[in-house]
Amino acid sequence: MSDHLDTGDVAAGFPEPQGYTVWEDIQGYLLGLVLAILLTAASFYVVYTHLIWAPAVPIALAALAVAQIGVHLAFFLHLTTAPDNTNNVLALAFGVLIVALIIGGSVWIMSHLDERMMPTMNHMMQMQR
Amino acid sequence: MSASDAAGAGHAREVDPYLLGRGGQYGLGHAAVTGRGAGGPASKTVVVAYGFWLFLLSDIILFSCLFAAHAVLQTATAGGPGGAELFKPVNIAIETACLLLSSFTCGMSAVACGLRSQMWTQLSLLVTGLLGVAFLVLEANDFAELVREGAGPQRSAFLSSFFAVVGCHGLHVTAGLLWLGTMMAQIFVKGFRADILRRMLCFNLFWHVLDIIWVALFTIVYLIGAGR
Repeated sequence: MSDHLDTGDVAAGFPEPQGYTVWEDIQGYLLGLVLAILLTAASFYVVYTHLIWAPAVPIALAALAVAQIGVHLAFFLHLTTAPDNTNNVLALAFGVLIVALIIGGSVWIMSHLDERMMPTMNHMMQMQR
Repeated sequence: MSASDAAGAGHAREVDPYLLGRGGQYGLGHAAVTGRGAGGPASKTVVVAYGFWLFLLSDIILFSCLFAAHAVLQTATAGGPGGAELFKPVNIAIETACLLLSSFTCGMSAVACGLRSQMWTQLSLLVTGLLGVAFLVLEANDFAELVREGAGPQRSAFLSSFFAVVGCHGLHVTAGLLWLGTMMAQIFVKGFRADILRRMLCFNLFWHVLDIIWVALFTIVYLIGAGR
């Protein structure tokens, strides 16, 4: 395998193959940093203020986290929709599927089991009230 | 050999970086191939980075198991303290800032590597490492304080899973710092050789993914946990 056969290909984590100056590279990272800081600040703000209706906070946090992970993938890991990146994106999509199955499945099954458990002393006292 | 060399060698046509089967521009006879991958084997850099990307995805899946356990056990405090009483938002914000900035300086080290600048590469890697150390010191402090307050991993299922998931991330950062040290030494001694650049690329991927895991971590464990 020579490094010269297919020079136009882009490895995971690499910036664009050609045509970008150093300053444009740094600008990309800077933009990512600013967006990530804004999204992180928004997450903390949502939790420690009453901007959002309390029961909706976890959903808002999840949306902000997904957005920030997207920013990291695009600006720091340089994952793009270009044909060169198809393999990396497909692998990521498979990873996301497995992660969703593990976390979503665990939470779903365990919450159902929790509801069908024998009531503990704690629960019974709550019911008597 | 860059694309502009190839264009200079008698190919006046503009080089499209996303052209399918572009192997043909080097006179290898693949101009007519119709699909990606048909132009010949991918370069070693592409293969190495793809393999390491797969490893990182499996690492993310490992973390997802710990996250699932924590999400299930988040309310299982066994009468002990919960997240709202234990977590200090200021500490978590500072730790988050450390990791986020280190991710940025790590990106700067990749840019400096592209420039083959020894000084800027070493400097940005050093800053990355110092921010990583600051993160670890703050986290170790938090852990020590929790244990002193009697909220160690043996107190409740919630705290066991908390120490497992946060501790696992901390171990990854520790391993990343060791790797960072060896990368600085290798670049200093061996210079910007092709194999060293590939290792540097993998280190960059590793460090950015640690930051992605931290985003999920401070959201699920700390911020959602603070509301429970």
